[in-house]
Amino acid sequence: MINIGANADRLAPLQAQTEIKGRSLWQDARARLLKNKAAVTAMILLSIITLMAILAPYLSQWALDDIDWEADFPGAPNAAHWFGTDNNGRDMFVRTLYGAQISLMVGILATSVSLVIGVTYGAVAGYFGGRVDNIMMRFVDIMYSLPFMFFVILLMVIFGRNIFLIFIALGAVEWLTMARIVRGQTMAVKKKEFIEAAQAGGVSNRTIIFRHIIPNILGPVIVYMTLTIPQVILTESFLSFLGLGVQEPLTSWGVLISEGAKQMETASWMLIYPAAFLAVTLFCFNFIGDGLRDALDPKDR
Amino acid sequence: MLSFLSKRFLSAIPTLLIVITISFFMMRAAPGGPFDKERNLPPEIEANILRAYNLDKPLVEQYIDYVGNLLVLDFGPSYKFRDFTVTDLIFEGFPASLQIGGMAIILAVLIGVSLGALAALKQNSGTDYAVMGIAMTGIAIPNFVMAPFLTLVFGVYLSWLPVAGWGEGSFYNKVLPVIALALPQIAYIARLTRGSMVEVLNSNYIRTARAKGLKEKLVVNRHALKGALLPVVSYLGPATAAVVTGSVVIETIFDVPGIGRYFVNGALNRDYPVVMGVVVFYATLIISLNLIVDVIYSFLDPKLKVS
Repeated sequence: MINIGANADRLAPLQAQTEIKGRSLWQDARARLLKNKAAVTAMILLSIITLMAILAPYLSQWALDDIDWEADFPGAPNAAHWFGTDNNGRDMFVRTLYGAQISLMVGILATSVSLVIGVTYGAVAGYFGGRVDNIMMRFVDIMYSLPFMFFVILLMVIFGRNIFLIFIALGAVEWLTMARIVRGQTMAVKKKEFIEAAQAGGVSNRTIIFRHIIPNILGPVIVYMTLTIPQVILTESFLSFLGLGVQEPLTSWGVLISEGAKQMETASWMLIYPAAFLAVTLFCFNFIGDGLRDALDPKDR
Repeated sequence: MLSFLSKRFLSAIPTLLIVITISFFMMRAAPGGPFDKERNLPPEIEANILRAYNLDKPLVEQYIDYVGNLLVLDFGPSYKFRDFTVTDLIFEGFPASLQIGGMAIILAVLIGVSLGALAALKQNSGTDYAVMGIAMTGIAIPNFVMAPFLTLVFGVYLSWLPVAGWGEGSFYNKVLPVIALALPQIAYIARLTRGSMVEVLNSNYIRTARAKGLKEKLVVNRHALKGALLPVVSYLGPATAAVVTGSVVIETIFDVPGIGRYFVNGALNRDYPVVMGVVVFYATLIISLNLIVDVIYSFLDPKLKVS
């Protein structure tokens, strides 16, 4: 006969040992992300750029529109002006950082607009399915085949070049892919038992979508969001480059690059510094996005 | 198959109508008329001008007129270039835009597919990382940054190629604009090809082809590449849209006498009919090309052929 009681005594310490502390999906993802050298480097670089942009007023003795009458118009980089000066004798270092403020702000705000529209739209279409889904996604398909950049330009031409309009216009353009991704994920999640349980418990559709479905599809949403930010920054720079985006006295990387491109034969520093900042930022967001995708969706690798 | 094609064709019409309607009403919602100047015109003259451009009619009538005129390729008069109609401007600019855009797409497909296939065949090797690194650069560095740099290096420092201008359409003038326009697309197509090629190379039918002793060259060219190219074909629609959009900037930078340049000038001068005409023209072009790509895709994809 086996003495259960005695064995249980001996088993107890063993059980304590084998009991593994559970790791959540997010902890797993974080560990994988931190192992990805490119993504970590990108995060560090991006934090530095963001900090520099926020601290711009304290990092230089010059202000955005200060004219240094002692400097050359435009003047090459030197001890007083690290990135040189532009045509009007304004310090390029501080202008590049203020440009970073606007470019990053446009990137984040417009992406938030696209996030709100895209996630709500996609979740509603995916959750209700059937005819609602059909009509809603058909609309997205139609929108997809439009040359949106031209509409944004048309908007800018007609309603004036207002920075808030830029947020809204870019957000309104970028939500389509987000809506598609969210819809697909929602269709997968809504068949799970906990949704059925919520429905059986009489929870309203609205609460189910926002409380139960959206938190469960955050992974792909975050990945795509990280990849949308550089697209928006790029689009804003594109508009500003054409002279249709951010207007004086504000500046953005696109504006600076546009001014620099006109002067590149004589004053290449006016082009190189803002262009380098823009390129590095876009690189960083892309690497972080790729890293997050690998971290959150390991089977995709 | 036939029903798919006709359905696809019919769905292009409402899309086009939406484009035209949005553009038209957005333009008419603009604050201030096209003839508002600092100097006030006498009311009789203003009324005459409005009548000449049919701006005194009710909005709905103007809309119907506009759509009707579009059917016969009449985009209306330009408000700034008094002697030209928008149609004149578009067709004057189109040859240059078409050459640059078309060559950029061809270049992008040729180089992009080759690089992507190469990276997939040498997966996880130095070649693979190098190609994907270049592709990442192509995606992260926008063409309006790349274009000035290319000019700086090849035009100014090395003096190999002209910095800007059209030179009556000489080959050397086209090199830089085409490369600048193609680079981001090369990057996207290379990434796309690599992804699908890796998947195809791991699939069963490739294993079968290898198992029956086919030469590696034949396996890659005949079997793998064919399957891997499907996503590239379906990307051609968005690629055209991207090239058309990019051409606006590239034409401005390199001073190419194409549609994009008229568009930007029109946008900066508030020359609404030109801006709108170009939007409608390019939208039509992109929608038709998407349609053609879908048709080609439906012939290529065996899954669609069966159903």
